[in-house]
Amino acid sequence: MSAAPLVELRQVSKRFQRPLDLAEKMARHLGAAVSERVVHAVDRVDLSVFPREVVGLVGESGCGKSTLGRVVVGLYEPSDGAVLLRGVDRAGLDREARRRAQLHAQMIFQDPFASLNPRLKVREIVGEAPRVHRLVARRDLDPMLDDLLRRVGLDPSYKSRYPHQFSGGQRQRIGIARALAVAPEFVVCDEPVAALDVSIQAQIINLFGRLREELDLAYLFISHDLGVVEHIADRILIMYLGRIVESAPTEALFGAPNHPYTQALLAEVPRLDVRRRSFAPVKGEIPSPLDPPSGCHFHPRCPHAMERCRREAPALREIAPGRHSACHLNERG
Amino acid sequence: MSAAQPLLAVRDLHTHFFTRLGVVRAVDGVSFTVGRGEVLGLVGESGSGKTVTGFSILGLVDPPGRIAGGRILFEGVDLTRLPEARLRELRGERIAMIFQDPMMTLNPVLRIETQMVEAIRAHHPEVAAAEARRRARDGLARVGIPAAEERLAAYPHQFSGGMRQRVAIAIALLNRPALLIADEPTTALDVTIQAQILHEVRRLCAESGTALVWITHDLAVVGGLADRVAVMYAGRIVEEGPVDAVLDHPLHPYAKGLIGSVPSRNRRGAPLQQIPGMTPSPLRLPAGCSFRTRCERADGECREMPELMSVPARHLVRCFHPHLEAAS
Repeated sequence: MSAAPLVELRQVSKRFQRPLDLAEKMARHLGAAVSERVVHAVDRVDLSVFPREVVGLVGESGCGKSTLGRVVVGLYEPSDGAVLLRGVDRAGLDREARRRAQLHAQMIFQDPFASLNPRLKVREIVGEAPRVHRLVARRDLDPMLDDLLRRVGLDPSYKSRYPHQFSGGQRQRIGIARALAVAPEFVVCDEPVAALDVSIQAQIINLFGRLREELDLAYLFISHDLGVVEHIADRILIMYLGRIVESAPTEALFGAPNHPYTQALLAEVPRLDVRRRSFAPVKGEIPSPLDPPSGCHFHPRCPHAMERCRREAPALREIAPGRHSACHLNERG
Repeated sequence: MSAAQPLLAVRDLHTHFFTRLGVVRAVDGVSFTVGRGEVLGLVGESGSGKTVTGFSILGLVDPPGRIAGGRILFEGVDLTRLPEARLRELRGERIAMIFQDPMMTLNPVLRIETQMVEAIRAHHPEVAAAEARRRARDGLARVGIPAAEERLAAYPHQFSGGMRQRVAIAIALLNRPALLIADEPTTALDVTIQAQILHEVRRLCAESGTALVWITHDLAVVGGLADRVAVMYAGRIVEEGPVDAVLDHPLHPYAKGLIGSVPSRNRRGAPLQQIPGMTPSPLRLPAGCSFRTRCERADGECREMPELMSVPARHLVRCFHPHLEAAS
């Protein structure tokens, strides 16, 4: 793609620390080996999203995919590394420039029950941001809201209702209208259909597809559901315990997954066309991000693990044009 | 007991909730059978009545709900007429249940050992404590919990979500029940952990000859697990049959829509089929076929409730206008 990426992450890390409490501080004072617990939620991640592109970010719970999404839209500051918006480092922007830049990146959350203020009417939920940011004149607000609600498949007369009067799928539509109200060019969707019934899920996925066409949107689509991501994404990143382990165009990834973790994930997704199967699934649990395994984080569960995997974390290397994988196996002969 | 008698036969079950706003017919005339060692997938979306059906079998429906009609024949005995004391003898012994949230099974303030030994000795007081403990340890090992001996002394909060679900499954299988009812036990788990649990449950049920009713909204899970599938909508079974027949050639417009709305490999990027509208409120179901307001095939005839009809052999559908062209 020729255009500059809308968003680019360079070696971004995000760490969370829990400060020591009083007893622990005293213990340390007396010589006990107590140190602050640090979680490397996101570990040196590179990522870029180009205009009109849908990038899928897949991983299991605790892998850091939601944290990464929040870093991308600016809800979290990265601990290390740089976030570039259309080529400009976000950290270098002044307050006003940053505010304007961030309007271009919006977020849609997983839980349509927790992400809408129950005391506000739909008119206020969707209309607040464009009003506060003075994107629309007061008299134009109502027609704009009608247009937005229609666009996401809601009846404009619902404007004066409260969130509790809607079903889960309808609430997710309200969340989408809220994100679109400031005319973003890029939306981070954090598990937006995970909480919905299958038939409602299809409606919302189709809505994402249509909005992308109509509004030239780019998405970072975060999900644990490979079927959904395969359907909607152009390119997919696979994340495991804070690191990207593989990235590839969707067809290539599903055609020939490279990383052993990707292979395990693809083999184990239940599929409609696979019946009464009996296979031996990948062993072991997802390790705690508080205490990740040494070297390659996947080595305790990996069927191909070698001595080297315990010692040394593999770098994400290009294995084919546009394809990257972080596995020592790729360096053999 | 004749050899032809199914292990479980649910006959015209009605479970209603008598609320202030009116009567909710959560389960409204459900019939199905499960044979020994058979796996039945009970599929539906939220509010379809699939969970209440499972709870009804175990007699776990609390007021304002109650079983308002029908029979649940387990090994020929009608569970709906059994006194509570007899039901308690069956629960955890001949019929067991695993829930979506394993903490429905586990007591947070007791060690795993205490809970497992109690589950054995409540039904078999003659089993010595040491023997019960040994069975508990073997039970944990069987569901793939490493260091079972040490883990017996742990409390539920010391396990991860996937491990807790394994413990709940180990407890459910302790007394080698004839029937296991599983209510979405893998929905909250990650893909690789879900695959492990599905694998274990399938293996354990096959080994012990336990019949399984797997309640879920996930059609793909059912495809990988079940012998037969029943699809529920608004308190009724709308389609039932062998797993291949139902998933490959769905007859009911709702089942067909549901299957078409799952993203699949060969239609990447194309719009998904969608079922218009949403599940109607259980207090305001349309008369006749409850799906007719969302159905493109509906006509005047659908104002009557269709019966569950056998169209091809062993494949039942509750519809006046089934997708027969697909089945031929």
